[in-house]
Amino acid sequence: MLLSTGADPEGRDEDAFEARDEPLLVAEGIAKSFNGVPALRGGRLVLKRGTVHALCGGNGAGKSTFLNIVMGLLHRDEGSIRIDGVPVDFRSAAEALRHGVTIITQELSPVPEMTVAENIYLGREPKIGGLVVDFPKMRRAAKQLLDDLEFDVPLTARMRDLSLAQIQLVEIAKALSHRADIVIMDEPTSAIGEHEVHILFNALKRIKARGSAIIYVSHKLTEIFEIADEYTVFRDGRYIESGAISAIDRNHLVTQIVGHEIKTVEKGRPNEGAPILLEVRSLSRGPHFKNISVTVAAGEVLGIYGLLGSGRTEFLETIYGIHAPTAGDVFLDGKKVDPGNPKKCIQRGMAMVPEDRKETGLVLCASIAHNIALSSLALRAVSGFVRRKAEAAATDQMMRLHRIKAASPNVAVETLSGGNQQKVVFARCLLTNPRLLICDEPTRGIDEGSKQEIYAFLREFAAKGNGVLVVSSEAPEILQISDRIAVFRQGRLDRVVDGHETTQQMLTDLAS
Amino acid sequence: MVANIISNVATGARSKGIAAVGPYLKSFSIVIVFVVISAFFAVANEYFMTWLNWVNLLRQSSINGVLAIGVTFVILTKGIDLSVGSVMALAGMIAASLVTSTNQQFVLWAILGGLGTGAALGLLNGVIVTSFNVPPFVATLGMLSMARGLTLIFSEGRPIPNLSESFRWIGGGSVAGVPVPVLILFLVFAIGWVVLSYTTFGRYVYAVGGNDKAARTSGISTRSVIASTYVISGLLAGLAGLVLTSRTTAALPQAGIGYELDAIAAVVIGGTSLAGGRGSLVGTLFGALIIGTINNGMDLMGVSSYYQQLLKGAIIVVAVMLDQFRK
Repeated sequence: MLLSTGADPEGRDEDAFEARDEPLLVAEGIAKSFNGVPALRGGRLVLKRGTVHALCGGNGAGKSTFLNIVMGLLHRDEGSIRIDGVPVDFRSAAEALRHGVTIITQELSPVPEMTVAENIYLGREPKIGGLVVDFPKMRRAAKQLLDDLEFDVPLTARMRDLSLAQIQLVEIAKALSHRADIVIMDEPTSAIGEHEVHILFNALKRIKARGSAIIYVSHKLTEIFEIADEYTVFRDGRYIESGAISAIDRNHLVTQIVGHEIKTVEKGRPNEGAPILLEVRSLSRGPHFKNISVTVAAGEVLGIYGLLGSGRTEFLETIYGIHAPTAGDVFLDGKKVDPGNPKKCIQRGMAMVPEDRKETGLVLCASIAHNIALSSLALRAVSGFVRRKAEAAATDQMMRLHRIKAASPNVAVETLSGGNQQKVVFARCLLTNPRLLICDEPTRGIDEGSKQEIYAFLREFAAKGNGVLVVSSEAPEILQISDRIAVFRQGRLDRVVDGHETTQQMLTDLAS
Repeated sequence: MVANIISNVATGARSKGIAAVGPYLKSFSIVIVFVVISAFFAVANEYFMTWLNWVNLLRQSSINGVLAIGVTFVILTKGIDLSVGSVMALAGMIAASLVTSTNQQFVLWAILGGLGTGAALGLLNGVIVTSFNVPPFVATLGMLSMARGLTLIFSEGRPIPNLSESFRWIGGGSVAGVPVPVLILFLVFAIGWVVLSYTTFGRYVYAVGGNDKAARTSGISTRSVIASTYVISGLLAGLAGLVLTSRTTAALPQAGIGYELDAIAAVVIGGTSLAGGRGSLVGTLFGALIIGTINNGMDLMGVSSYYQQLLKGAIIVVAVMLDQFRK
């Protein structure tokens, strides 16, 4: 009944056929409270065989609580879970795995120095005489497994040489080798590029075809409409609705997730003949990108669209001075910007929201207030001494303006949700009074409501006569906010298109 | 008896873990450990709680305290400074030679010479770490050996005795009954505390230690911030060298061996994270006082220095264990 990988094909097919009518997993009335505060009430999900089921919801919707209960990491207060009609009550992830339930999280954990085969069978290696690892047998088993799944991963490669998508394929293969029937994927595409997303989706389709089912969690709605068959929405710790993805449109799903109708951001056209704010002339940096020239006018949002590895992040970081260019110049307000010096760039009126807020955006262990004030400390200091009152006033104002939800400005940033963390990064940037805001994937990994707030903010910021340079790998996002779109391909500027007339299809075709 | 002391420290620490007084506890916990240890020695030895002994204890802790304050700056940026013991020896040696080679009106030159030596070696550490990307452990380990070597070359392995009266005042004098080294410690602490809490530089130190990439993206010159902390550490090592040389009334080529470990221990006991970005000078001050109290109390009780080493090591490990437990 459970999917076994290549062991006894006949038996499996028969069982799968019999079980087809009955849902694979039925969770009903799941409730969980933490210290008396309900995190989830009436959580419900019906997972059918051979489907990808999108579990949608904003931060605090109760998705994580629900999945942790399914995985046996948390214990439910109420409700029932049945797998193949049999009630289950897991006490640990290991027990869930024995019943064919596994999770693939955002943080993958391969052993980088080991080969693919060694990673798949880590901790349960076939042995000769119970002592020595039977490498030939292990390789044969791994080859059989990957061939069955049609995953294109070199068996003897070390994990550190694989791409993120390939690592994910290995993790999926590993999950299935545990005879997993239910695979939960939590934001699987947050770190991989468009091309790799397609590799992953093809793999998911094959897994589906074998009768397994996938619970798919992602903030990227485009993906949900591409891969999911069914959906379930949670909001504020409650089950909202579920159904077939083919029966709804994007607006409906957004409305269900956020809880109210979202007004799409109005894009006013920037004034003709507005002065040029940023001019980039034939900028190159080593192997990353070559000979790129673009301009951003005052009041304009210039989007940069390209696949991962197209040099877009390096391009932004070079403009902002994190790297020095190998050739070319950057001009702000017609004056040359010193290369390779973020401090000078900030003084000249640039600010940057980096791609990875945990890695380069925030000092996670420091307080919200200290993070918000970090870039602008010198502006509000008198001979090196911080003016604490002015600082507190400025941070309070920013927290109100951007609706950063926290118990106090003094709590550590690491305790905030992704959306609120990103708002802290924006607040820090704005306190330096920038005229050009550089954003690298500004909505990565944050929920739909916060995304819309950020779009609205960027348009508003540009409307005041400032410039915005934004990179995104989400085509609908780029189209929603950009006046013009620069398409990057393999480190070169392919063309610049009008953001008001281009469609999503045109954009993805241009970039691939 | 040693086991007694350890269990006393441990229970003291545990009870504070149980009492959920909230986040304020963290900064108080080190004070509680200090009070518990002091109370133990007060019961064990009647002389311990006298004014005279406390003046003595503070004076004994002052050199380690000054070193530890400098090292705290470095550790807050995720670095480490292993060279402070050797740097203080060289600074003391240079100061002593300036005192003996000039007449005694030039004590000021000796002081500047000692401080300058410390700051210069600190700057060298900072440049090696930031401009050449040498890990701080390796860079300062090299300096530990090089500064000791320079001290031995400079002194030809011989002590420099017969320091002038006015130079000896730095380590041996007192103002209104308070020894000068203790005044120096509190002055350094006060300045350091103001710098870390109220200046942009202080904030940058925490930010760079918490996440250097984010600090750079935020427009902070991370290299100069990091290099400055090594200069501060070197400067304070120079100051500690002056105090030590003055107190021993001679510059000894083997002075300060192993002092860096006591300084790092004080920082760690004080709750500053070796991973950078978290910690405080209040913690470091009490960390140094705890080490001083243990040494002083056990001396009074006639415990051999062998046991003192054992206990000191155990306290360091227990302090960090408690820190992990709190998280």
